[in-house]
Amino acid sequence: MAIEKEKLLWMFRNMVTIRLFEERVAEYFAAGKIYGFVHLYVGEEATATGVCANLRKDDYITSTHRGHGHLISKGGDLKLMMAELFGRKTGYCKGKGGSMHIADVELGILGANGIVGGGFPIATGAGLTAKYNGTDQVAVCFFGDGASNQGTFHEALNLASIWKLPVVFVNENNMYGISMSQKKSMNVPDVAARAAAYNVPGVVVDGNDVLAVYEAAGEAIKRARSGEGPTLLECKTYRYRGHFEGDPTVYRPKEEVEEWKKKDPIPRFENELAKMGILAPDQAQAIKAEISKLIDEAVKFAEESPWPSLEEITEDVYAV
Amino acid sequence: MRKLTMLKAINEALRQEMRRDPKVYVAGEDVGIFGGCFGVTAGLIEEFGPDRVRDTPITESAIVGSSVGAAATGLRPVAELMFIDFIGVAMDQIFNQAAKMRYMFGGKAKVPLVLRMPCGAGGSAAAQHSQCLEAWLMHVPGLKVVAPSMPYDAKGLLISSIRDNNPVIFIEHKFLYGVEGEVPEESYTIPLGKADVKKEGKDVTIIATMAMVHRALEAAADMEKDGISAEVVDPRTLQPLDNETIVNSIKKTHRAVIVHEAVKFAGPGAEIAAMIAEEAFDYLDAPIKRVTAPFTPVPFSPPLEKEFIPSKEKIASAVKALLQE
Repeated sequence: MAIEKEKLLWMFRNMVTIRLFEERVAEYFAAGKIYGFVHLYVGEEATATGVCANLRKDDYITSTHRGHGHLISKGGDLKLMMAELFGRKTGYCKGKGGSMHIADVELGILGANGIVGGGFPIATGAGLTAKYNGTDQVAVCFFGDGASNQGTFHEALNLASIWKLPVVFVNENNMYGISMSQKKSMNVPDVAARAAAYNVPGVVVDGNDVLAVYEAAGEAIKRARSGEGPTLLECKTYRYRGHFEGDPTVYRPKEEVEEWKKKDPIPRFENELAKMGILAPDQAQAIKAEISKLIDEAVKFAEESPWPSLEEITEDVYAV
Repeated sequence: MRKLTMLKAINEALRQEMRRDPKVYVAGEDVGIFGGCFGVTAGLIEEFGPDRVRDTPITESAIVGSSVGAAATGLRPVAELMFIDFIGVAMDQIFNQAAKMRYMFGGKAKVPLVLRMPCGAGGSAAAQHSQCLEAWLMHVPGLKVVAPSMPYDAKGLLISSIRDNNPVIFIEHKFLYGVEGEVPEESYTIPLGKADVKKEGKDVTIIATMAMVHRALEAAADMEKDGISAEVVDPRTLQPLDNETIVNSIKKTHRAVIVHEAVKFAGPGAEIAAMIAEEAFDYLDAPIKRVTAPFTPVPFSPPLEKEFIPSKEKIASAVKALLQE
């Protein structure tokens, strides 16, 4: 598969952006400047990147509590994201949502979600809108391995399959639902096996290989766009940090984390790009430095932004 | 004027809105060729076809949740839950997703969604098919809750609900489906959040909802013979609640009796009573009274179920006791 150089570089930049954004969030969370719960996407960057590299601006996604990577990949604005995490008026949700509820409906981002499994039916409904309106838009539903044990997973896959809706269910299998290993939480080795129950394709891919994700998601999205219905795509990946910031991660061996760090999607892709002659080491460094600056600016924007005014508490409950 | 049953009035509202706006569609269990469990959507699939009258599997979370997703992306779904009792299975999509999406997203989403659901006891359908759960939904910021008692109100309020840009819970008491009343043929709206005085009176205000509006009117007619003049106020919308109409009535009568079929503790009447106490305490000449179902699940056996549902006799005796105070 020949992928344009521009797209390959976008993927690299995007993965780096997610990584550096998340690392900065961890810092500011530890410093007490970011509030509430944050669930970081570090280690899983290839998945959101590879999937969203196939999407158009008018496509939809639903995200999860671990959503920053999805939002960045769908075009989310770093300043507005950071300001939201800081609880400021200028944030994506005017400081009313926080990490678990960032959305940008204009970009088709129908929200991160604080309820595990909450996004399945919503993505299905977005797919219904596309089909109802006769467009070729698609909806991508990101979810974790733990979420696939929720009833909404099964209800949404069933509905999307009988109605042949353009929905791609993208499982980010990071092997744990908080502390519970996927091995203990389900009686099948692969989440994708569950696709058989709905007679839709179930595909397993290395979620740390951005090009493999790009290709597999591309197939699923093409299928959805052409009216052939949903796909369940499972991306095997790993989160380097805890479930949330502050999680002592007593439930997994250190060796396991070290093993997965050897499969880090970013250096891996960087090496591939170097081999292809697309990205020299100094260029990669320059990109990282440039993105780091963008994140500095996002933090500066957030820190300098005002808090919401107290009158705003009762605004935005109802639409006119 | 032409008379229609409440069932036909609701059907006509759906039909007229579907003709007016191609973004409006209906979804739910058996809403297509079967016409809905109670027949409310009868004939719609013949006119609008299966894309706009969508039979769903038995999948309440996905019925509600797909409607939330469709509404957030530009359609105007009217989803039916076969019984209000089934909302438990879909509750996350109602109260965490539909209701909160706009606020959580800082006002950048709208969810123009109507969830229709029949409620109410009276047919020995027992504890999981007979409840009145409006208080659960009134409690959730972001939802509107509509609960009509008359065919005229049902049509105008449903049209308003479909045109509203928020998630609206539209509760239909199943033993009102057969009630007839005057309903204009043309399309019309009744604003959400506006109560209606169903009968004027001067001695006491009876605030009643849904089927209890009819029991209250019967009780009021009976009490006329004893020289008691009761005013009957139907809030019609429970969220937002029309405080003003209720308070104005109490300023006139100085007494309030609240009647609903939901159970008493933390029922809708608790909120109405608290509102009256906050806003009209000085106008009251007697304590507020509530006539409600007892704090039990809905029983099956006919005599027990009859005892469960507030009767016109119980309403009249509550009013008379209040007038003694």
